[in-house]
Amino acid sequence: MRSEFTRLRAGIALLLALALSLGVVACGSSSDDGTSSEEGESAGAIVSNPKNAKVSLTIGSKNFPEQEILGEIYAQALKAAGYKVKSDLNLGSETVALQAVKSGAISGYPEYASTALTSFFGIEPEEVPAGATAAYEKSKTEFEKEGLTAFPPTPFASANAVGTTKKFAEKEGLKTVSDLEGKSESMTLYGSPECRQRIDCLAGLEKYYGLKFKSFHPVDIGLRYTVLEKGQADLSILFTTDPQLAAEKDKFVILEDDKEVFPAGNVIFVSKKSTVEKAGPDYEKTIVEVQKGLTLEVMQELDARVELEKQTPKEAAAAYLKSAGYVG
Amino acid sequence: MIALISSPRLASIQGAIEFIFTPQTSNVTGGKTVGGIHQVLELLVNQLELTIFALALSMIVALPIGLYLGHRGTGELFATVIGNAGRAIPELALIAFMAALIGVGVLNLTIALAVLGIPPLLTNSFVGIHQVDRSAVDAARGMGMTEFEILRKVEIPLAIPTLFAGIRSATIAIVATATIAPIAGVLTLGDFIINQNVYGDDGVLAGAIMVALLALTLEFGLAALQRRLTSKGLKLSPA
Repeated sequence: MRSEFTRLRAGIALLLALALSLGVVACGSSSDDGTSSEEGESAGAIVSNPKNAKVSLTIGSKNFPEQEILGEIYAQALKAAGYKVKSDLNLGSETVALQAVKSGAISGYPEYASTALTSFFGIEPEEVPAGATAAYEKSKTEFEKEGLTAFPPTPFASANAVGTTKKFAEKEGLKTVSDLEGKSESMTLYGSPECRQRIDCLAGLEKYYGLKFKSFHPVDIGLRYTVLEKGQADLSILFTTDPQLAAEKDKFVILEDDKEVFPAGNVIFVSKKSTVEKAGPDYEKTIVEVQKGLTLEVMQELDARVELEKQTPKEAAAAYLKSAGYVG
Repeated sequence: MIALISSPRLASIQGAIEFIFTPQTSNVTGGKTVGGIHQVLELLVNQLELTIFALALSMIVALPIGLYLGHRGTGELFATVIGNAGRAIPELALIAFMAALIGVGVLNLTIALAVLGIPPLLTNSFVGIHQVDRSAVDAARGMGMTEFEILRKVEIPLAIPTLFAGIRSATIAIVATATIAPIAGVLTLGDFIINQNVYGDDGVLAGAIMVALLALTLEFGLAALQRRLTSKGLKLSPA
């Protein structure tokens, strides 16, 4: 009886350890390729203005890495300019973020021009201007009607993209989304659950390119590269700012959106008009200045630091400010 | 916090019920309607199917072990510790872990959800059989029943209430968690909840209501089945 009991206990300990390690493995998968080319465009350092110390600001962002990095960059830059800055980088969807700006709970947050136009102002994706300036002008006008101010856009734009493995693209001769015509019926497409019905995603591919896929499978955004790597997906919906596209150039490719169905979103910073007036001229100056270095490559690199190398958004933002010469 | 206080427009029960029965327009679909009874039923059937698969798998794994150990009267620690450790496995981590091993889809989700069903089934089948009055078992043995006959004709009928409590817990855990299946390749009612920007707040509430209704229906259905299967003698006692 006694020895049986001890054996059993050992077995249980083993099983417990197994169960626990399952959780640990799942949480801690990180890529080990170090991409740390310091992109450094020399820019004017931010000067602290004592007048700003009276002004308290709360910078917001939506709750995914790229947004959190942007939120941190703006918050740290404004702090360097002398403002008293808090941050609230955990706002769920854009509707929540917009409401937080309007209610004054946050001073401002970064939003993609394309999202603002389609989601806030009900503009059809095919009517979203392809050019960054035109899209910005249009959203600025719309925001003004709501008593909000939109600052000029970032250099980089983020958009959905049809992605696949380089091998598959070469085998099937795919360069643009139009190349999928006649071939897509035998291909599986994976994308976020919301993609299925969004016009700037699957619904748009069906409507404007006339594509039909063998099947569409909803998966968590975090699995968009896993399904390609596993060979489960022929095609997967990726984002143009994805760090994997820069880090693993010879592995993944995106197909050119030749009919411009996926609206490109440059980031614009949105605040209430009254907030901008209260904060003084350094507010807009700092924000516009600090985002000048944010090209697509730099944004991919910053995303890589957070998503692949597991830095915090705060660390990545600080590294950007430093290497670009905004803070000493 | 802010998100809750300044939520743009609270969903209404009325709006959610409308969403369930009539397709609605959406800002982001480019004119296609969403929701409506057709889509709701389709997703509900998917969720039910997934629940049945996972429940069947967890029963195939847990019941034989629980019944056997309960009959032998050994391995109490095994049954309860596995039970408790199983409850501590984070479901999302499990799905992500298995996505890397076997990919996403029905198989991944069936296994991941079965893991939720195993603990209550194992613990309750063990405890249910183990607690059966030993004198009843001895009497059965004295009458010349084989061990399998004792289990089938004496122990299981007497353990029905406890066994069913386990099956009901497992079912509720599985059907409720099957809501997250759309992140791993299977469209269930969770689609309405996850995609607020497609379905709107009314759609989110509609999804939640349908999941709750489905879980309650299964719970009451199993309770009715349990009453039918419980022997008359047991029903007289308050248990």
